[in-house]
Amino acid sequence: MSESLSAFFYLAASICFIMALRGLSSPETARAGNLYGVAGMVIAVVTTLLTPHVVSFWLIILGIVIGGAIGTYIALKIQMTALPQLVAAFHSLVGLAAVCVAAAAFTFPESYGIGVRGSIHRGSLVEMALGMAIGAVTFTGSVVAFAKLQGLVTGRPLVFPGQHLVNAALGALLIVLIALFVSTEAPPTFWLLLLASLALGFLLIVPIGGADMPVVISMLNSYSGWAAAGIGFTLSNSLLIITGALVGSSGAILSYIMCRGMNRSIFNVILGGFGTEGGAVAVGAGALDRSVKSGSAEDAAFILKNASSVVVVPGYGMAVAQAQHALREMADLLKKDGVNVRYAIHPVAGRMPGHMNVLLAEANVPYDEVFELEEINRDFASTDVAFVIGANDVTNPAAKTDPTSPIYGMPILDVERAKTVLFVKRSMASGYAGVENELFYRDNTMMLFGDAKKMCEEIVKALE
Amino acid sequence: MAEPASLADRAGELAGSANSLAHNLELLAGQLSRAEAPAPAIAGTPFVFELTVFVLAVFVGYYVVWRVTPALHSPLMSVTNAISSVIIVGALIAAGPLGISFAKVMGFVAVTLAAVNIFGGFIVTQRMLQMFQRKR
Repeated sequence: MSESLSAFFYLAASICFIMALRGLSSPETARAGNLYGVAGMVIAVVTTLLTPHVVSFWLIILGIVIGGAIGTYIALKIQMTALPQLVAAFHSLVGLAAVCVAAAAFTFPESYGIGVRGSIHRGSLVEMALGMAIGAVTFTGSVVAFAKLQGLVTGRPLVFPGQHLVNAALGALLIVLIALFVSTEAPPTFWLLLLASLALGFLLIVPIGGADMPVVISMLNSYSGWAAAGIGFTLSNSLLIITGALVGSSGAILSYIMCRGMNRSIFNVILGGFGTEGGAVAVGAGALDRSVKSGSAEDAAFILKNASSVVVVPGYGMAVAQAQHALREMADLLKKDGVNVRYAIHPVAGRMPGHMNVLLAEANVPYDEVFELEEINRDFASTDVAFVIGANDVTNPAAKTDPTSPIYGMPILDVERAKTVLFVKRSMASGYAGVENELFYRDNTMMLFGDAKKMCEEIVKALE
Repeated sequence: MAEPASLADRAGELAGSANSLAHNLELLAGQLSRAEAPAPAIAGTPFVFELTVFVLAVFVGYYVVWRVTPALHSPLMSVTNAISSVIIVGALIAAGPLGISFAKVMGFVAVTLAAVNIFGGFIVTQRMLQMFQRKR
């Protein structure tokens, strides 16, 4: 295949990828969009296999078969609650693949036409170094994120004194190494650069806590895109550049949306350590001597049955308890009784962007009953019951009223405007931000203590 | 839904203009190298052309992604994950030559990793999207 012909096919693949993202603007077009993505990938791979550089196929076929089998198996088996760690793991693979390609390009530049060993073009060296560094940061960063999400290490932020200094020094070292690598093209600098980048990725994510994972995953998503773009520059391949840019900007936008959902700057999240104070902030304010009203599943069932409108506010706790199916059963019974049931999703609910929507969809909740914060927040005032299940900080009115609160300014769901608030919670423990939720002590709040799934099942029983 | 088509048209136009830009740049580069001493600079497509493509693609990504409905942000992540594995293109070239070398082994590893991602990413996205149903 001639070079201009393959460039043409790469262009077609790029457009397919754009269409794949475009399809996601609505659930109706999304499935077709995904197929565009698959088509784009097939075009890209076949086109590359037909270029004159590729003459030996057995290793390639072996790799695709092995990788394809593993990928297919994992994708079919994975539980939807484990989606965040799956995505983190996949990000790490992209990062590692970028490192491998950079290493291949460095040791055998002839096949990419970027010079000969020992005298690779200066520009290509810069691009290669950047692509590899970003890839390596993505790799170790995603591995740490995966370990945190999977519960292999504590989800709490791990901070040590002088952390920022170490990171800054490492960053400076990276720049020096890149300069050294580009000017000398010495193999040791290449491997040192790799090691330093791997260390940086690790240290960058370690101090970030579990509930900041939506931002971290989006950020790593973005990095994996920039890594691909960097490799694309190295290989002068416009398909890689375009795709990398698409993915990079997508991840960046998601990070921005997640940060806005928490009213925090991206730097604040990256610097980490949020929520390390534990419950220390919460105590005081005289909250402790106030009493809460707690109720049983039967009480809840009675209140729910007599309501005419219910808004369910799910959070990460629902995902942990796998309560989405029991919750939907409860909603079905209420709907049969003529109750209007809707769902309100906070932007940072769950451990990755849109996680709650997927879990509700998995439990067969129709997507037109699920609303975003801006769409539904005004309706709480005219709602009879707000049913909060596994969420806490995102409902805390302190975000609006208390300028000293760590979550002040965060957009929250105005559940306190509803006539009655039912809180399904395991205990009185404060949420991730370590802030006491004043809502628990209000007269119109009833606490339902227990496991989210069990509670929903008991309410279902009481309703029947 | 006329919009995807018009977007594709626009992307096509953009690509077209980027192509002609590249062509002009190549001519210009040719003239330059003839006018001056043999240029030691970058072989193949010039960096400026690549940068043009990159910046335009960032803009396309920006506008397309802002239109993604928040309910589908998880599938967005998994599908971008799958398509970023297009890095397999670089891996295929590394694994393509005859004989065995370090580069070829690296290529093989990268092909395998990217394949996990491509298959896994697209399949899990499809699984998710299949769950999103309207009210019956």
